[in-house]
Amino acid sequence: MSVRRLLILLVAINAALFAGGWLFVPAPAPKAGAGVRVGIVFDVGGKNDKSFNEQAYNGLRLAERELGVVGTFIEPTEGVPRETALRALAARTGDDKLDLVVGVGWVFSSDLERLAQLFPDVNFAGVDYAPSSGAGTLPNLVGLRFREHEGSFLVGAAAGLATHTKVVGFVGGMQIPLIKKFEVGYRAGVAHVCPDCRVLAAYAGSDPRAFSNPPLGQQLAGAMYDDDADIIYHASGKTGDGVFAAARRRGQRAIGVDSDQFAIAPCCVMTSMVKRVDLAIVDLVREVIAKKFRGGMRELGLAEQRVGFVADEHNRLLLPPAVVNKVRALSDEIIAGKIQVPWQ
Amino acid sequence: MKRELQAAAIAVLASLAVGSVLMLVVGVSPVRVWGTMVERTFTDEYNLGQMLFAATSLALCGLAVALALEAGLFNIGAEGQLAAGVLACSTLGAALPAGTPAPIAIPVCLAAAAGAGGLVAGGVGLLKATRGAHEVISSIMLNFVVAGVSLWLGNELLFVGGATTGAPIAPGAELPHLGLGGSSVNAALAITLAAAAAVWWLRDRTTWGEAWRAVGRDPAAARSAGISVERVQVLAMTASGALAGLAAANLVMGYKHAFEDGLGRNTGFLGISAALLGRSHPAGVIIAALLLGFLQAGGLAVAELVPKELTEMLQGVVVLAVAASVPFVARARARAPKEAA
Amino acid sequence: MTRALAIEAEVTKRYGARTVLAGATLAVRRGTVHALVGENGAGKSTLVKVIAGIVRGDGGTLGLGDRVIPAGDWDRVRARAARIGIVQQHGASAGTLSVVENAVLGAEPVRAGLLALDGVAAALRAQGRAIGMDVDPHARVETLSLGAAQRAEIVAALHAGADILILDEPTAVLAPVEVEGMLAMLRDLAARGVTIVIVTHKLDEVRAVADDVTVLREGRTVATFSRRPTAAASGDPLGDRPEGFSAASGPLDPAAIARAMVGAELPQPTLLPEPPATAPAMLELADVTVGTALTRATLRVRRGEVVGVAGVDGNGQRELALAIAGLVPATGAVAIGGAAAAGTSPARRLALGLAHIPEDRHRGGLLLDATIAANLALGRRDVTGRFVVDRAAVAKHAAARIVELDIRPADPAAVVRGLSGGNQQKVVVGRELSRPRLRAVVACQPTRGVDLGAVARIHDRLRAVAVAGAGVLVISADLDELLALCHRIVVLLRGAIAGEVGGDALRAPGARAALGALMTGATAA
Repeated sequence: MSVRRLLILLVAINAALFAGGWLFVPAPAPKAGAGVRVGIVFDVGGKNDKSFNEQAYNGLRLAERELGVVGTFIEPTEGVPRETALRALAARTGDDKLDLVVGVGWVFSSDLERLAQLFPDVNFAGVDYAPSSGAGTLPNLVGLRFREHEGSFLVGAAAGLATHTKVVGFVGGMQIPLIKKFEVGYRAGVAHVCPDCRVLAAYAGSDPRAFSNPPLGQQLAGAMYDDDADIIYHASGKTGDGVFAAARRRGQRAIGVDSDQFAIAPCCVMTSMVKRVDLAIVDLVREVIAKKFRGGMRELGLAEQRVGFVADEHNRLLLPPAVVNKVRALSDEIIAGKIQVPWQ
Repeated sequence: MKRELQAAAIAVLASLAVGSVLMLVVGVSPVRVWGTMVERTFTDEYNLGQMLFAATSLALCGLAVALALEAGLFNIGAEGQLAAGVLACSTLGAALPAGTPAPIAIPVCLAAAAGAGGLVAGGVGLLKATRGAHEVISSIMLNFVVAGVSLWLGNELLFVGGATTGAPIAPGAELPHLGLGGSSVNAALAITLAAAAAVWWLRDRTTWGEAWRAVGRDPAAARSAGISVERVQVLAMTASGALAGLAAANLVMGYKHAFEDGLGRNTGFLGISAALLGRSHPAGVIIAALLLGFLQAGGLAVAELVPKELTEMLQGVVVLAVAASVPFVARARARAPKEAA
Repeated sequence: MTRALAIEAEVTKRYGARTVLAGATLAVRRGTVHALVGENGAGKSTLVKVIAGIVRGDGGTLGLGDRVIPAGDWDRVRARAARIGIVQQHGASAGTLSVVENAVLGAEPVRAGLLALDGVAAALRAQGRAIGMDVDPHARVETLSLGAAQRAEIVAALHAGADILILDEPTAVLAPVEVEGMLAMLRDLAARGVTIVIVTHKLDEVRAVADDVTVLREGRTVATFSRRPTAAASGDPLGDRPEGFSAASGPLDPAAIARAMVGAELPQPTLLPEPPATAPAMLELADVTVGTALTRATLRVRRGEVVGVAGVDGNGQRELALAIAGLVPATGAVAIGGAAAAGTSPARRLALGLAHIPEDRHRGGLLLDATIAANLALGRRDVTGRFVVDRAAVAKHAAARIVELDIRPADPAAVVRGLSGGNQQKVVVGRELSRPRLRAVVACQPTRGVDLGAVARIHDRLRAVAVAGAGVLVISADLDELLALCHRIVVLLRGAIAGEVGGDALRAPGARAALGALMTGATAA
């Protein structure tokens, strides 16, 4: 084929595709709803990561359903400056103007600070937000931080109480301060109820792919089970699927994270450390609707019922009532300030 | 020149067609998506600036890969060299006294960024020259090593306040922004253009460039003519790594002003696409980086209309289309010599 | 007996603005050996490629038997159907495939969905035996010597049913003994009715084997010669006989052919006076050993002296050159211009005053995709300057070399890949022999696959650098070349220096025989 003929053919194909799309694909209907408008930018994992991005997405859906807000979101591709995505939402005007823009993930922290100053009439929120050093409080920026170490302390205590071998495990995703918080709290919980128990710990890697590597999770967990661990807690996103797979193969127990992960492996998921990003987002939307949105850090933990552990009819057989009662008691002590849970 | 334009036209049209098919599959009108991409990118100063900002890092990594390619080396490790540049530049920048004036702070931080990248890549070159270790293997391994060291240092020393961000660099080391609607594009863009010009000059006007290209084309002939193939390999890799490391200037000194884990992640790999798209010529690499930057920025502009996987695919489609169209045009013209001349 | 014409061609071919064939004509009688001669760049290879359908002509016609086809409509598939086989200059086999796999490439015999090669292999073996060429159908081509690979291609072409066999410079890669066998085989094939077209520029081969000769110069047919004038005249396609046409009967006159090729009388080579025995050594080797390929080579080349290294290919010549240039690890002592150079880098040796013309210009001699000017300046800091390239100096250098060696095209910006073999070699020679302060020269097969005009130019340059004070070592498989150039000739056999012929003995009638005996190990000297 000559170059000229190929060029003509390609132009024709494109013209056909454009025309076809123009004629037959209806323009997307503008999202109706007179209510408050909320936009979310997700972290690299995207809205379907089965972890905290998905929790945030569920929060948005919940707010749409229950509070009648109009939701929109962006999933940036890897390598794209996140700030651009946040800014694209913040800069909307007119009918599209958003009342609340949420960045999910610690990576948005400094971008949120900059944009909150740039767009003073838009409300911003950051999930797992960590303020840059020297950044003061902004009236239109809420930082959500979860005291995951408190929830981790409770599941650690549950593990310490339920172990037969006096060896328990922890599998983390990427080794960053946020995930170490889980490990530190968990270790403290184990030690609190079982001082002579050993905790094995491992991380899946040094970049965000560590949160999406089930085969490695299975390997790490398998090695721990081989070293006599009989309960493993994971804080590793999709990598945790591998931890559950290892538990299923060996008939051992595991502890889920972020949401109630019982359904993934009903044989083995003893409990889950839940981090209610969804509820936290719905809370924020409520404040915006009520025009009560105020900037500042929000520490969300056991007292606020935004972290916790799962004990319901599903996991009754895996988590004995005696253990549940003891852990609940510990929870009360933490809320009362009688136990200080370390986090670093 | 005509050959390049024809290949580019084919590649662009083919990518448009494939992209349009993908859009129809997910049920959106191609005209709407392409139109939105172009409109949002070029009518909004901020988006234009973000495209240039993305293109700056991509161009530096692309130049790095292209330069090594000229010497017959496939530097797949620009990713790690960039990360090393980020680590060195931000650490040194933060260690400088807060009052360090810009004329001192900026050169010091630039040297740290380029030096760290050059050191990592120079090691790869040295392994190749002295031990015959294949540069693809060793540079990709070093990507992992650098990522690991960077995160370990971050956890042990650099991260502040439970985040994955380090202490800010001295204000004197910050590169000025270029405005454009408050976007992140900064003076590193000028540094990049200067680097491209320097690469072009080195490549086409100096004995170094001649030696690099001789080694790239035929190491045996170069060696026989008295060129030290080993020295060229070490030098070319070092220079390549320095360029990739310089991308840290854009990311740290021009944008984040602090160490951050994963800053610029994936840019080194996209730099390979930029080098291949740009046919390893400095001007071509700049154009390719702008195109890839447009796809990134434009992809964000249409994030509501199409899933992010589609925009990611689009970048791959463009690279594939260029890779396929260049030999096609060459062959078509070889078959029909009357078109030539 | 009047024989019909097998080929009657008149072809025009352009590459871009360059006209390679300007209506070149070729008339080949059936069952004869027809030599197509001319200098490199004359268009010989292009003409046979058009006839074989590998390259498409731009104009003219091809007459085959009683058919006349426009040259632009001819392609390889049709040529194959017309039973035209070709063995190309640099070989066209895929190195990683076996001989039999190459033979069936593009027309693979399939039985029950599987490749059925056994029958073809047996046929190839039989075909080879019938014409006295042993081939191993299952050998991988890249493991074969160039000569053996070429034999395999000839056998494969005959197996494919070729009754017109075109050979492009078949003897360029062969040792002298092999050449004789090849020529005998061609005569034998012609006697069986196969029409042979052989592209060459070696006149002794023409004399030994050709029935008819066509001489090309600059894309035109300038002369034809024939051993049997009546037969040629009856099939003479050239209505208007060009100047230089000879109808002399009897042995073809090589001098007349050479005149037609170069368009002028060749200068008679003059032997250089031998330098005095007291002249200082410019190149000295002592016990140089390279693995098992070269053992304890000891050699001394004086200022102004030209020393030849003879031997059948593969007896350590290549390693000797590489060891002197520092391109292979070697033990023993090497001195260049009196300075010890053992263990130093190639660059250091060049700086000491060495020039090295490598054996294979395509492997380590040239950057094929770079320009003539770039190749002439490759690694030459004395031309380019130390860091910033002095482009004016590079252009001046290129222009001087182009004139000095008559490199064609005389365009410094021409890409070397598009040059004929002889002109490519001139570029290598031009670069190496123009080095400043030359003390020692190692020229390895300096005129392999190069036409007469280029040979003369290259030999002149080698003599010139010797006169200017360098010691020159010429390694060649071509005894004529060595006899024309050298003061003395050493012979390599199985990696060791087997003996030396020099002085009056070299000019005596028995010199060839003596050298031949040394090369085959029949005597010790």
